[in-house]
Amino acid sequence: MADSLSLAAEDLVCRRGGREVFSGLHFTLSSGQALAVTGRNGAGKSSLLRMIAGLLRIEAGRLVLSGGDLDGDLERSIGEEAHYLGHQDALKPSLSVIENLEFWSAWLGRAELGGGECRAALGAVGLETLGRLPAAYLSAGQKRRLSLARLVAIPRPIWLLDEPSSALDAAAQTTLLVLMREHLAKGGMILAATHAAIGIDGIRELRIGPAA
Amino acid sequence: MKALAALFMRDVRIAMRAGGGASVAVLFFLIVVTLTPFAVGPDLPLLKRIGPAMLWIGALLASLLALDRLLAADRDDGSLDLLGMTAMPLELAVAVKGLAHWLTTGLPLAIAAPLFALFLNVDGSAGFAVALTLLAGTPALTFFGLIGAALTVTLRRGGLLLSVLVLPLTIPVLIFGVAASNAAIAGPLDFGTPFTILCALSLISFVIGPFAAAMALRHGQE
Repeated sequence: MADSLSLAAEDLVCRRGGREVFSGLHFTLSSGQALAVTGRNGAGKSSLLRMIAGLLRIEAGRLVLSGGDLDGDLERSIGEEAHYLGHQDALKPSLSVIENLEFWSAWLGRAELGGGECRAALGAVGLETLGRLPAAYLSAGQKRRLSLARLVAIPRPIWLLDEPSSALDAAAQTTLLVLMREHLAKGGMILAATHAAIGIDGIRELRIGPAA
Repeated sequence: MKALAALFMRDVRIAMRAGGGASVAVLFFLIVVTLTPFAVGPDLPLLKRIGPAMLWIGALLASLLALDRLLAADRDDGSLDLLGMTAMPLELAVAVKGLAHWLTTGLPLAIAAPLFALFLNVDGSAGFAVALTLLAGTPALTFFGLIGAALTVTLRRGGLLLSVLVLPLTIPVLIFGVAASNAAIAGPLDFGTPFTILCALSLISFVIGPFAAAMALRHGQE
């Protein structure tokens, strides 16, 4: 994992469909830190995560990723350093669990990955026995676990999690917590949009919009 | 390179498995070809004359059929977001998806053409001539169609608009595809002239299609 990165947002503005969602947003986040993005429905939590991932145009303001081995490599975008776990699971129902994971490992991974990482990641989220099952037969919670396995299999410093605990049962929520703690311990960063408490020590809160 | 190969294999696998579009396009092609004699009547010389044109129209519609899922399926399940979150240019990703789509829909159409040509009294070498023009021309259908697929990807019922957008773009392909087929079967034109233009159209589409589609996708991220 890259050493001591930092992500800074300066005066970010988000506009959707001609309406200003939020403006003047500031935050900084460095390695090993987590940020809980909170706010009422429609405050722009998901939009903020999508902006950081490079999936949404930044209307005004700046997002800067600095430090680590990134300096001098200006071509590299934040999206390449980040994992985005959105509302959709990006799984193909006709492919098996392991095929889905192996494809995303090959597509998103920078280094050559063996099959071992994928199997280990499936084990980490408790899906090791379902590797050959087509993803169509997974429950909503199992699909979510498989998406989480993607984050484990491919090391990337920034995790952008949109309602990460939705559809997860108690055991899986504990697994998620363990994975997030490990990620932070390895010097990763987490931005999580959430309504529920996350349960990580020292997590800071970024509230968008007025208090609910 | 490994990432692109993985994307190619994924799309081919999805198309080949149950529920994929590979076999449906060929079946649709078969149905269009089978309907023609019913509509035209049992006039064998007439069927022979319009045969190549009907084969081309059938292949055109069949290749359009699966096009609306080409990118929309990836958008609906969030895959399109993740496809963009890497150093790999979106143009290459789209080009590889187009290539996999052609391999699973365009190529089977060309392979099936000599057999289906028999239903239209286009037999023997004439059928193979049509197949050859389809082999050269279907990539253009796929890669011009890619642009329409990218433009309509954000729309919920984009399939209908997609057809309206893409069909006019395919007119040159249709003209030179049918012209080359007829030249090979009846003459008097030289087969080479329309056929090389058809090949040129496919090559142009290889260049324009992925770039235009990637641009449309980027613009679509509001």
